Amino acid sequence: MIWETILLALRQIRRNVMRSSLTILGIVIGVSAVITMVTLGGGATAKVTSDIAKLGTNLLLVRPGQGFRGPGGTRSTEDMFAVGDAEAIGRDISGLSGVAPMASQGTQAIYGNQNWSTTVTGSTNDYLEVRNWQLEKGRQFTGGELRAGKAVCILGATVRKELFGGLDPLGTTIRLEKLACQVIGVLESKGESSFGTDQDDFVLIPLRTLQRRIAGNTDVSAIYVSAQDGVSTKKVEQDIERLMRERRHISSADEDNFHVRDMQELVSTMTGTTRVLTGLLGAVAAVSLLVGGIGIMNIMLVSVTERTREIGIRLAIGALERDVLIQFLVEAVVLSSSGGLIGVLLGIVGAIVGARFLGVPFVFDPGIVVISFAVSGAVGVLFGYFPARRAGQLDPIEALRHE
Amino acid sequence: MNMTSSNQKGNHPLIELQDVSKVYGAGAAAMHALRRVALSIDEGEFVAVMGPSGSGKSTCMNILGCLDTPTMGAYLFEGVDVGGLSRDQRAVLRRNYLGFVFQGYNLLNRTSALENVELPLIYRGVSATERRERAEQALEAVGLNGWESHTPGELSGGQQQRVAIARAIVTSPKVLLADEPTGNLDSARSCEIMELLTRLNHERRITIVMVTHERDMAAYATRVIRFLDGAVHSEKQDGGTSE
Repeated sequence: MIWETILLALRQIRRNVMRSSLTILGIVIGVSAVITMVTLGGGATAKVTSDIAKLGTNLLLVRPGQGFRGPGGTRSTEDMFAVGDAEAIGRDISGLSGVAPMASQGTQAIYGNQNWSTTVTGSTNDYLEVRNWQLEKGRQFTGGELRAGKAVCILGATVRKELFGGLDPLGTTIRLEKLACQVIGVLESKGESSFGTDQDDFVLIPLRTLQRRIAGNTDVSAIYVSAQDGVSTKKVEQDIERLMRERRHISSADEDNFHVRDMQELVSTMTGTTRVLTGLLGAVAAVSLLVGGIGIMNIMLVSVTERTREIGIRLAIGALERDVLIQFLVEAVVLSSSGGLIGVLLGIVGAIVGARFLGVPFVFDPGIVVISFAVSGAVGVLFGYFPARRAGQLDPIEALRHE
Repeated sequence: MNMTSSNQKGNHPLIELQDVSKVYGAGAAAMHALRRVALSIDEGEFVAVMGPSGSGKSTCMNILGCLDTPTMGAYLFEGVDVGGLSRDQRAVLRRNYLGFVFQGYNLLNRTSALENVELPLIYRGVSATERRERAEQALEAVGLNGWESHTPGELSGGQQQRVAIARAIVTSPKVLLADEPTGNLDSARSCEIMELLTRLNHERRITIVMVTHERDMAAYATRVIRFLDGAVHSEKQDGGTSE
């Protein structure tokens, strides 16, 4: 009986193809928008999480200045760190797996007639560890190279590609402005960061080399600190703050002239932001489902009026109120859930295309497909019930008289 | 359908109206469509109901068809008081015991003759194969074999009315209620329809109550009841074969 009712509903819908397709458009748009938005949001969250994992886990960044302070980010007293600060952190604070002081500046890398504008970063081998860099080939710096400030360098994947193309750079000498520098290693590629910058576009040299032969000072512009697994980054952060206040002679009344940023917090902030955005977009899409439902109610009311005579005939020859109600309800549900089905397919296609376009991974979530399809069916029941009940409650005598 | 399980068949006429009144509206604006109508119809009768417009014959048919209930008095169908039944119970009674034929045929548009005839069986929960079989038999009984797949738009008026009659008899009802079944037909087609009804009345012992304006059509009936101003004005026994 219910199967026959569904067939009857399908036939009725086929009779008014144009009207039916316009009616379900709202549901189609709503469902596909929900699925596209939520899937892309999930992909973005996955990308942010994996990007930050690439950045290095349990990572803290110590920088001079007071961090973000309103527009312009006024950094009042920007006293740079020195190598001694990093050494003190490594010596006095427990639970660390790496401390990497670093300084960097823009430079021109030259090999043969190839010329590439990039950044040169001076640091130690710890930099590779805390920032989670893997060597594709070659080796790290030796202790002697670091101490003596030798002219050796490790290339990021982008620099290597731009200067050498397919050639092997190991053992060759490139120039960083005036400094001739031997290539001892190449890094694996990390790709773009979530902020859209190319992480592979830099050259790593020993910190001392940078200070002496390029920058001409002893400044350390940032210290990367990574905590051992299982050590609270919160506690490490507090320890560093205490130590640095002491070393920089900050009295208890004064504010810090440096700041420590916990990258883990950044992860949760960014994924949190992505989630809120996804939720908002999903909510906007859900509104169009509501609008679609109202469209279905409208067209069902029209249909009941148009088919008053048919309803009268059915009631007169023995249909119960319930039979007629179910007939129209099923019609509404078939209408809305076929819209839901089309919407699911369109939404998945949209998510695949959108993911490729935005460069985020396509993370298929069966849950949201099931939920949005179920919601489309529920919209049919919800908005179809009122017109269907009206149909069932018609007076057969009046209905038969209706022209 | 157990509605008649406790009846005392034989003691009761098939249809009995006991002082039935129907009043629309209330107070000064009240309109008395029926005034204390008393009427009984036995199984196998072919009754023609006549009377001018507004005489109450349509109201009476609606009450007999369980589409409407009396304001006062009682309508007993096989001894069961229809006035005490719910809307759904009356629908079940219609579905099992009554067949309807209307002046305007009232077939479903864009639906084949066969499917139109099957319709009442669907609501009785008859299986698809049996439905088809019975619908084909009913169409054959009204002389429309070969026209099963035609939609009402492709059939003449007389054929449409035959489909309607097939739909009414496919459930093997006790009573067939016909409201001006020949009102939209020319005289030749009308006679064919009346002969068909007479045949059903004779062969299947279906009780027929028919409203008509035309004396020629009423002549086919075994009994003629005239309404005037909401009351039975006169009755005439025809002395037909079923009496």
